[in-house]
Amino acid sequence: MAKAILPAGYSRPEYDEPLEIELREPWIAALLAWVLPGLGHVYQGRTGKGLLFFICVFGTFAFGMWIGGGKVVYASSPGDEPWRWQYYCQLGLGAPVLPALLQKGNDDGQPHPLLGRFMAPPRQTPQPLLDSFGNETTQPNELAKWTVEMHPLYEVGTVYTVIAGLLNILVICDAYGGPLVLAPQKKNGQRDGERAEGTVEGAGAVVKG
Amino acid sequence: MYSLSAIDFAFMPLLGTVMLWYALPLVVSVSLVCAATRHELMRPILHHAVRFGAWVLVFMAVFVALLALLERLA
Repeated sequence: MAKAILPAGYSRPEYDEPLEIELREPWIAALLAWVLPGLGHVYQGRTGKGLLFFICVFGTFAFGMWIGGGKVVYASSPGDEPWRWQYYCQLGLGAPVLPALLQKGNDDGQPHPLLGRFMAPPRQTPQPLLDSFGNETTQPNELAKWTVEMHPLYEVGTVYTVIAGLLNILVICDAYGGPLVLAPQKKNGQRDGERAEGTVEGAGAVVKG
Repeated sequence: MYSLSAIDFAFMPLLGTVMLWYALPLVVSVSLVCAATRHELMRPILHHAVRFGAWVLVFMAVFVALLALLERLA
């Protein structure tokens, strides 16, 4: 069992006592936070923050997937890049993006028995595209087709899912070690090492094993 | 073959303005998550998120103004 202790007056200026946060098993909490945003906090009993993280992080991811037509997450582009750099960031989101790993290398266009074409890499064969004006063009591959078809929402959706993955890394750190405590500002004339009354100078959240 | 017409070019600034709205949910989400990783209680989280979000919006506005100024000078 581990605890994080926030210095007195940090979150609640009206109270003089430090705030203790039960982190339970930080490694398990961090793993759960990676599997699903907010799950690690729910495991620690920090339900409010868990819900907030789930709504913000998973909501950002879901919105990105929606505006990107569900095609903005895939792990690789066959013959082009063995790993898509955006996927490294999206991987921070855990379980919701793991289907892309199962689809990695599925470049023959055959649907996965369970997942179908969900999170599958774009086909590398020329693709016909009929735009809203009725003009028919041939795009060099499926990624080009998606980009033209949804422009500019494909890029926006990708950015949303990438940021959701990066935000979840912050959530994992919070589940593991508690909140990152910002040092209180020094008063005028206060020197290094001196403590402001009622605060802990330069303190971070203390983790007790 | 489809090509951009004069009407498309005329609507491009409008498209840019519409695209800016997609930044708002992102600013809200990033502000709340960053604030929540620095506090434990809901009230300080919300206070921090509002200040953080305001800073981001001001930064974006200054950046857009700078770009507009550069465009005029060019």
